[in-house]
Amino acid sequence: METETAPPDLFARLVEIGRDSSRTGSSRTGSSRTGADAPDASAEPETLYDRHGVLVVRVGDLVVKAHQPGREYGDPFLARIKVAASLPDLLLGPLGPPSTVDGRTVTLSLYGEPVDPQKELPWEEAGRLLAGVHATPIPAEAPSWGRPTRVATQVARLGDGTAEDEIRRAFATLPAWIRGEDAGMARPERPEHLIHGDWHLGQMVRARDGHWRLIDIEDLGRGDPAWDLARPAALYLSGVLHPDEWTLFLDAYAAAGGPAVPDAADPWTTLDIPARSLAIQIAATCVISARGDERALDGPEQAMVDACGRISAAGDAA
Amino acid sequence: MHCPKCHGLMRTYNRSGVHIEQCDSCRGIFLDYGELEALSQMESRYRAAPPAPGWGAPAVQHHHHHGHHGHHGHHGSVFHMLFST
Repeated sequence: METETAPPDLFARLVEIGRDSSRTGSSRTGSSRTGADAPDASAEPETLYDRHGVLVVRVGDLVVKAHQPGREYGDPFLARIKVAASLPDLLLGPLGPPSTVDGRTVTLSLYGEPVDPQKELPWEEAGRLLAGVHATPIPAEAPSWGRPTRVATQVARLGDGTAEDEIRRAFATLPAWIRGEDAGMARPERPEHLIHGDWHLGQMVRARDGHWRLIDIEDLGRGDPAWDLARPAALYLSGVLHPDEWTLFLDAYAAAGGPAVPDAADPWTTLDIPARSLAIQIAATCVISARGDERALDGPEQAMVDACGRISAAGDAA
Repeated sequence: MHCPKCHGLMRTYNRSGVHIEQCDSCRGIFLDYGELEALSQMESRYRAAPPAPGWGAPAVQHHHHHGHHGHHGHHGSVFHMLFST
């Protein structure tokens, strides 16, 4: 699997930026800290994430992120930072506009504690946060989310094999606008809302005030909110996510007024196609990872491929 | 109790709180007062449950990876599925 890690000097540069910023507080918006509350800039810097060309370093109570190269970080990114800053109870976004460091786009944010996968997962908080984002009137400057592209790129990376064929057959049942054969292809009209655009449990942190926030705003924008629920929906339908966890998440989302599921009696009218797409995408990601490591699929990975078999058997998505 | 139709022996079964008498010989079923209503109520509750799409995993095949004794450890591939893009 591609896990391209960052060059060593980038880590040092990010630490430097974090320390400078902690000392001056220049990037901190609207907060002046003194005495015991001052960030500890001398704390040992810690790499939080170093994969796929993204490097995230914690320096005290700041997080310095070198974003993925090759993505668009122009006006839409600035607009996303603004939108996130306008929703501080829901989103923990960059403290200001990005800077360019050694040719990389770099942002600073406040540190938040990530979800501990060994503990009970905050499904209800996730449902409430997503419902909160979706129920926010769309800010005028919010860019368009666009369309889901990752399922097509992951399926295109697959090699030969029976699992690979199974995934490709399932992919063929997806509507053309998701398969990406023609980017201008007609897609069903869905009410648009503000959406996170790439939600999973790694996109939640507990801020200093003890409340959860969503992070990583690179895909924030106007779009169909059902796609923010697609990953847990796919894992539930594939038998990987326990039904109790799915129910906690969906019930909390619906109770908080989330618009992605207008008919609580049948959430699948809106969630089926996003869930199919994510099941296929996750299956492809699992197979690519297993082949890269030259190992067999484990139980949950095989469950994702099996779900692809059932998707093909169920036929074209309505 | 004997079957009113063929006089075979009737056995009592309990299905989700509803008592059903079934004849061992002709397989005929006898319902007491109120039991038909109880059954139709259960049916409507079943229908009210959100139907999952046809490709959903049968409940028995769930690969949920809860640890023992109430711990919710998510490891390995499930961790990646839940925590990364």
